[in-house]
Amino acid sequence: MKRRDFLKGCLISGAAASLGPPSKSWAVGSFEGYPDAMGVLVDTTRCIGCRSCEAACNKEQNLPEPQLPFDDTSVFEEKRRTTENAYTVVNRYETKDGQKPSYRKMQCNHCNEPACLTSCFVNAYTKTKEGAVIYNGKVCVGCRTCMVACPFNIPAYSYSSAFGPVIKKCVLCYHTRLKFGRPPACVEICPREALTFGLRKDLIKIGHERIRATPDRYFDHIYGENELGGTSWLYLSRVPAEQIGLDETVGNEPIISNVKEFLGMVPMVLTIWPALFTGFHLLATRNKEHGDDHHNHSEQEDGKK
Amino acid sequence: MKKLIAHGAITVDSLEKSPGRRWTIMEKLFLGLSFQQYITQALRNPLNWIFALIFAVGIPIILGRFFFGLSWVTHSSNDYPWGLFLGFGLFGMVPLSSSGFLLGTACEIFGRHDLEPMERLGLLNGLLGYFFAVVFLMIDLGQPWRLPYPMVVAFGPAAVLFLVAWHVSTYLSVQIAEVSKSFFEWIGFPIGIRAIRKITLGLTVSGIILSTLHQGALGALFTYAPGKVHPLWYSSSFQWIHFFVSSIPGGLCMVIAVSTIAGKTMSWRFDKRFKDSLDRITISLAKGASMGLATYLTIKLMSIAHDNKWAYFATGWGKWYLVEICIGVILPMALFAYAIRHKKMAIIRFSAFLVVVGIILNRLNTSMFTFNWKLSYREIPHWREIVICVTVYAIYIVVYRFILYRLPIFYQWRTEEEPALAYAAETCEEPALAYATGTESTALRNTDAVAP
Repeated sequence: MKRRDFLKGCLISGAAASLGPPSKSWAVGSFEGYPDAMGVLVDTTRCIGCRSCEAACNKEQNLPEPQLPFDDTSVFEEKRRTTENAYTVVNRYETKDGQKPSYRKMQCNHCNEPACLTSCFVNAYTKTKEGAVIYNGKVCVGCRTCMVACPFNIPAYSYSSAFGPVIKKCVLCYHTRLKFGRPPACVEICPREALTFGLRKDLIKIGHERIRATPDRYFDHIYGENELGGTSWLYLSRVPAEQIGLDETVGNEPIISNVKEFLGMVPMVLTIWPALFTGFHLLATRNKEHGDDHHNHSEQEDGKK
Repeated sequence: MKKLIAHGAITVDSLEKSPGRRWTIMEKLFLGLSFQQYITQALRNPLNWIFALIFAVGIPIILGRFFFGLSWVTHSSNDYPWGLFLGFGLFGMVPLSSSGFLLGTACEIFGRHDLEPMERLGLLNGLLGYFFAVVFLMIDLGQPWRLPYPMVVAFGPAAVLFLVAWHVSTYLSVQIAEVSKSFFEWIGFPIGIRAIRKITLGLTVSGIILSTLHQGALGALFTYAPGKVHPLWYSSSFQWIHFFVSSIPGGLCMVIAVSTIAGKTMSWRFDKRFKDSLDRITISLAKGASMGLATYLTIKLMSIAHDNKWAYFATGWGKWYLVEICIGVILPMALFAYAIRHKKMAIIRFSAFLVVVGIILNRLNTSMFTFNWKLSYREIPHWREIVICVTVYAIYIVVYRFILYRLPIFYQWRTEEEPALAYAAETCEEPALAYATGTESTALRNTDAVAP
């Protein structure tokens, strides 16, 4: 009877354990990005804060008209972030070198190994081979872990919708343009050619070439080349990146690296715990004939054993 | 209720009201009182009036959240996507509900039958805590009707939350099975009781696995936000261990806290076995909690040392961290050590409340207070968000009380073959054996049964 109970116990706990999800281990290892991934090089030294990229994005993505028109520069008074109605915003930064302020466009950076994608439990995000990180609102449950995970604070949520709230963010105009090989709307409209669209690997070369050609114009760093495992959007600037609101403390490891230690532990627990604790049980009750009995069992039942 | 019992009301503790006459379901629901008596005692309880007030305000707001959206009840912040619903409701309630697997393990796996009178309270506390954590989650999710999606529609097995979703749902069913034993006794369904008893060991072992993983996974969720959670509360290597280990004293102390409140408000429901063993078990649980706290403190300090974060102690965040550790870990450890030695029950119970507060504070710190520490503004929850939390918690208390009043949690169900009276008689004769009377009496009966 006891042995049968034991085997049964093992079976049940094993079955319960097998219901658990497989770990991420098959997908870890470093990923350098798709070879043909496209990207955009942002040269903040050329940006004059005209906000025409914001206007183009608004039109392309059919977003609601903003309260203030796009030629209103009073929005620069405060630091804005992306919202459900604005997938890209330009902010003004007073830099420490006493020169003219810098402007920087902000949108989804389309990471090579996106934190939003790896944190999503319904796989709503996809990194396409063209480099865009796109999102499928049809499966989104609305846990907003991607917003917690995004190191750039980019995804916004349409909280105001009661029956179909979804994540809102830049998708690199994937559905309307990128898929057909055309550059995103913001790049096309930029009057100063501050935005350059191309293969990510080419853009890195272009960036380094510009720094080499005019070293006094640029700070020698391309933000996004290595940050967080690399991003499709790359930034050149006159000053260190942190002065134009880019977080330099993020490191070069993709976000998922921080989670791997836990994910690696999962299969250990799943396989070792059942044996370990059933063993404890056998040890703890080995000197008792009726170790797994309870004293509120009925007499009759105990008699049968 | 006490007064009614003094006036001769009988409480339901077996299938039969008097020999040959079974309690009807309605009588059981009304605790063996007449409808009139039941309503009078409910109206006399001031707590019920407070609950009525909370529900009058809170329930319309909860309904409103589903009609007007999250932006109506929260500040709909894109920088602080998780507010009180998850910070308090999910991250706060789940560690306090680890009692189910802890007491299950102690009783069923380690053979600590002396803790058995408390086992059912531990299991119930676990079940309700998880259930209401899921209720909080349903309120917080943007599209709660899609909650089963990670199981059937779209899979993101690389995500920590995927693991949490699967494990919490599996564990919830495990806990329902564990608690259903009391329910089957109450409704008189012996086949169910036997079935559950047979799979108890399996249920308990799977409970340990699932609990280890999802308690840890809730911590691991924050490893996605290394730049956002303050370094003192963040540790890539240790986050899941912090959450798992702190859930052990959390769960044990929650059981002490609940039994303390129940002792003040519903001691009529305790049977002799429970009353006699309450202090002894409380001390055992407090010992367990102390060990848990000591381990937790060590790992906390190790993680600080591991990443060399001592410099942060000089900042305001560091002081706040020390406040949290003092209230929730160091002070209760000191009090436990003193009180266990001198058997000062009041101090033990007080420290248990401290630990509960400390655990909730830690989860709120991780998920809200220190989250986005680099941003210049802190998010203060919307008043409706607070009202919803209070309301759901009040529903939790009402459901908890409803079950404790009825199911055999604090008392043993008397069956025809084994009247609980026998136990009472035995303890009277041999008070010294109070510790293991239960097991020993079974042992005695067992040998009797085998001998002939």
